[in-house]
Amino acid sequence: MKMKRVAELLAAEVCCGAELLESEVHSACGSDMMSDVLAYVKDQAVLLTGLVNPQVVRTAVMMDMRCIVFVRSKAPTPEMLALAEDSGLVVMKTSKRMYEACGVLYADGLRLSEAN
Amino acid sequence: MGEPLTFHFDVDGDNFTSAGEASLSMKKNLRQLGISPEIIRRVSIAMYEGEINMVIHAGGGTADVTVHSDRIEILLADRGPGIENIDLAMREGFSTAPENIRNLGFGAGMGLPNMKKNTDSLVVDTALGVGTTIRMTVLI
Repeated sequence: MKMKRVAELLAAEVCCGAELLESEVHSACGSDMMSDVLAYVKDQAVLLTGLVNPQVVRTAVMMDMRCIVFVRSKAPTPEMLALAEDSGLVVMKTSKRMYEACGVLYADGLRLSEAN
Repeated sequence: MGEPLTFHFDVDGDNFTSAGEASLSMKKNLRQLGISPEIIRRVSIAMYEGEINMVIHAGGGTADVTVHSDRIEILLADRGPGIENIDLAMREGFSTAPENIRNLGFGAGMGLPNMKKNTDSLVVDTALGVGTTIRMTVLI
């Protein structure tokens, strides 16, 4: 799925990395606990979260993710966006809640891992 | 690669916001050295977890990374309170992190277990009231 499609499905506002929206992603995960993302996630390209602090961006970078989606209309800070841009990440925000946002993407074919 | 390459970082313990800066810098260094993405990811996760731990529990410390031709060594050292029960600390889900840290998305008790999972060797040397040194090795 192109990241452009992710943004469309979630009616999301793209905060940075708009030039990367044509790139494909094949997997996603949703969590507000970065500890769990670091411990359990493998090869997920999109992180959906309601947590807003710079560690979210650093966690995504460490895990080689491509895109962060902030749910529940949470807004990333300018500092977070600068960090994301520097690392080549797409950041978007949606008014949808976590459950719905994950469900919409899952139903359209964005699954847990590329192997599935 | 001939001589080992060394990288030193001071980890600021006063500011949780900046935690992870050393790991991010190291990740860029490893990319420039042409290390494989899977190895880089394992080193990044282990070092980042360690860096977060130093900021949460120990008021910061130092991180020294040495890149050899066959392995990457990460040495994390702090002068924090030490780890009271290392067996408990190595157990998944055990955490002594305060509530405010959990609200920031950390403190799930996965740090040390995850560091062990992502490295080929992990040695913890800790003394109460003195500090903790963690030496991790990832084979290339």
